Amino acid sequence: MASLNSIHHLKAFLGRLLGQRDLNTSTLVIPAGTCGRASGADLLIETARQEILDRGLSEKVLVRTTGCHGFCEMEPSVLVEPDRTFYPKADADSMVRIVDAVARGDVLEDLLFKSPETAQPIRSADDVPFFKGQNRTILSHNERVDPTSVETYIENGGYSAMVSVLEQGDPRWVVEEVKRSGLRGRGGAGFPTGLKWELLAKQPNGNGKFLVCNADEGDPGAYMDRSVLEGNPHSIIEGMLIGAFATGATEGIVYVRTEYPLAILNLKMALRQAYELGLLGDNILRTGLSFGISLVKGAGAFVCGEETAMIRSIEGKMGEPRQRPPFPVKRGIEGKPTLINNVETWANIPIIFRMGSEEYAKTGTNGNSGTKIFSLVGKVKNTGLVEVPMGITIKEIVYDIGGGPVGKVRIKAIQTGGPSGGCIPAERFDLPIDYDSLTQAGSMMGSGGMIVMDENTCMVDVARYFMNFLKDESCGKCFTCRKGTQRMFELLDDFSKGKGTLAQLDLLEELAQVVKDTTMCGLGQTAPNPVLSTLRYFRNEYLEHIEKARCPAGVCKELITYSINDKCVGCQACLKACAAGAITGEKKRQHVINPELCIKCGVCKSVCKVEAIDVA
Amino acid sequence: MINLFINGLPVSVEEGSTLLEAARFLGFPIPTLCHKDGLSPYGACRLCVVEIGEEPKAKLVSSCTYPAEEGLKVRTASSRVVRARRMVLELLLASCPQSKIIQDLASAHGIRQQRFKQEHEDCILCGLCVRMCQEQMMAKAIGFRSRGEKRSIGTPFDIKSEECRLCGGCMYVCPACQLRCTYTEPERPICGGCANLTPPCLEKRQFDDMMCFMDPCVACEIQKEG
Ligand SMILES: Cc1cc2nc3c(=O)[nH]c(=O)nc-3n(C[C@H](O)[C@H](O)[C@H](O)COP(=O)(O)O)c2cc1C
Ligand code: FES
Repeated sequence: MASLNSIHHLKAFLGRLLGQRDLNTSTLVIPAGTCGRASGADLLIETARQEILDRGLSEKVLVRTTGCHGFCEMEPSVLVEPDRTFYPKADADSMVRIVDAVARGDVLEDLLFKSPETAQPIRSADDVPFFKGQNRTILSHNERVDPTSVETYIENGGYSAMVSVLEQGDPRWVVEEVKRSGLRGRGGAGFPTGLKWELLAKQPNGNGKFLVCNADEGDPGAYMDRSVLEGNPHSIIEGMLIGAFATGATEGIVYVRTEYPLAILNLKMALRQAYELGLLGDNILRTGLSFGISLVKGAGAFVCGEETAMIRSIEGKMGEPRQRPPFPVKRGIEGKPTLINNVETWANIPIIFRMGSEEYAKTGTNGNSGTKIFSLVGKVKNTGLVEVPMGITIKEIVYDIGGGPVGKVRIKAIQTGGPSGGCIPAERFDLPIDYDSLTQAGSMMGSGGMIVMDENTCMVDVARYFMNFLKDESCGKCFTCRKGTQRMFELLDDFSKGKGTLAQLDLLEELAQVVKDTTMCGLGQTAPNPVLSTLRYFRNEYLEHIEKARCPAGVCKELITYSINDKCVGCQACLKACAAGAITGEKKRQHVINPELCIKCGVCKSVCKVEAIDVA
Repeated sequence: MINLFINGLPVSVEEGSTLLEAARFLGFPIPTLCHKDGLSPYGACRLCVVEIGEEPKAKLVSSCTYPAEEGLKVRTASSRVVRARRMVLELLLASCPQSKIIQDLASAHGIRQQRFKQEHEDCILCGLCVRMCQEQMMAKAIGFRSRGEKRSIGTPFDIKSEECRLCGGCMYVCPACQLRCTYTEPERPICGGCANLTPPCLEKRQFDDMMCFMDPCVACEIQKEG
């Protein structure tokens, strides 16, 4: 690849690639992000390539491997372009058939996605309920772009936003556009991005300024940022380049956790391509803009997602937050002005400049514009990444897109905002999803984790689980955060064992308030949220644990016993599955569980087909 | 100069001063534990919290690290501050009951109970020793390791550090490691005897072997005379 040395050159290059774009040849698009690969996408790719080669179809059928498309529940899947036929849960055998069908221009009805209501096959991905309710401004690029090829990014309009910004030539206009778009930080706090940029632009430019992309994504169960980095790394680079132009920043850093090897690989490749093309480096396109991006790998400490801890970590010190002010925009890495934005925030930047700030601001609600990606997991039918306009209700996400509960068990709450978010009860599912409503409801947006919980989820156990995470992940500097999370865990642990008292419940509440009040960084200030929100909406469950030593959801091991009722047909399925050897019984006779041996793992309940296992 | 208000009183301090310095300049008492003149501010114990700003945006910050800002309104003893401070002390007592400094602080703040499971951890990770070693003794022999529950202070790999000159500076500043008042029952270490003019333990006959900073405390002396 020859280095480009003027805006004109770049435009010509973009134009040429756009002209070459072939939209008509059938293409098998196979999502192979970390999730796709884990469920067997590699085998699909190999099979498809081999089959195409063997049958001499390389002119007729193309293969494109991309990042995650979002419907992780149905992976490994295949999307056939241009007609967007969607084949979920494919395997090597069905892949062979799909290649054959595509070559003939045919569709395999039996392999299509079946509507959960009517059981009718749905052909196009766009008609699948999971995709239909979404507004996939960012994630749709994951379908079109091969993350290892800068050409596919450009073919889909990539780097055109940067061209328009450079041609416009006025950094202040760029900042104003971002302000007008109404974009707010997607990393959790929802700080207006344009305002942040303006603050950095105002800083004196003597010793250089830093732009950082926060790809530390430490929330358990959340992987929005990973998917964007894996699937579309150039969009981050383009976003940061626009940011550099607007703010006068000279150095860029992507701080990504080591646990994301594929994201790191794809990003490294993208960075190399950008340097080779002359889109990064000194005097980019001879416009006088100089900007480089390097990669820093984090060692997987949750707290390093916090800005000031991240700065220290980048400097090679222990990842501990420090007092703000001074804010990073004034004193950041090596004392230089530093701006930190989340992966998704950066990914929104090229989109704003492609569609224009006014158009962008039309999506979402007033004060919460644009789309947001959530990772929808837990007790819903369709788990995966969903991208929706801000301001839609929780109900729409859980029921329309997520498909509602898995079995017959009623959904009772949703946990948003990562480990230090809160639980929102089903009665309040009309709540619009935006920064302010979620905070008012006692939870938060966080970076976009959503865990759906049903009647089989114990809220005391949920609070205990998150507190366990937080007590390990607190940096440990603030005494009230370190000891407070430990003590909250201790109390919750007591409750889950039926050993708590009402006085301890008051103590827990009192402590939670003080931890919220007295800690320095966001981790400690939000750490009591799991306790406070479950107490606010599910106090009854706490009382059941304390007063009656009973766990209504049948989760807390110390408070439940497993037994077999007379629905038992004596099939011996549970007996064989029980690892503790606690179940005895003859064939076709009702079995019994020995409570002394039972370790309450629940395997018997999950294998029983006749609902003969009682938990009380 | 920066002008701000502390408990309603205007005060001017040099730029770069902390709220703690400003409050002490006016004579408002703020308890501290991890702060020591001559060592850099650290902000770990959270005992020195004060309330800044106005409702609904009012918040607590550690006065030893928070810089004085123009026009800031600071309250050093609002009910929110006092409630927080008392909880901090209760947590400290629960983890490190034998520290005389913590006992005195708890006593002075009227804490007579401790509702958590009693621990005897000693180190509260206030970091005074680490800063003493690094900033005054220029040794950097000890430092923090790990995070969360596992955080601790020590030399690298727990072997004797070549940097250590056995100066004892770390022990000198430590608020927790001296053996101090243990009362007679470690579970209920705080009687407030040494801080009260009328010690609560006078009527009881169980303080013979109490060992406190005053060695023995007034309560025990009086009892012995009787
Ligand atoms: C304990 C803690 C963990 C955080 N983790 C992340 C994270 O994993 N990813 C992220 O983008 N922001 C994280 N944040 C938020 C960042 O501190 C910061 O607000 C954000 O990166 C700013 O970018 P934005 O304005 O684009 O949202 C975390 C904050 C706290 C307090
Ligand atoms: S004295 Fe300020 S936090 Fe310890």
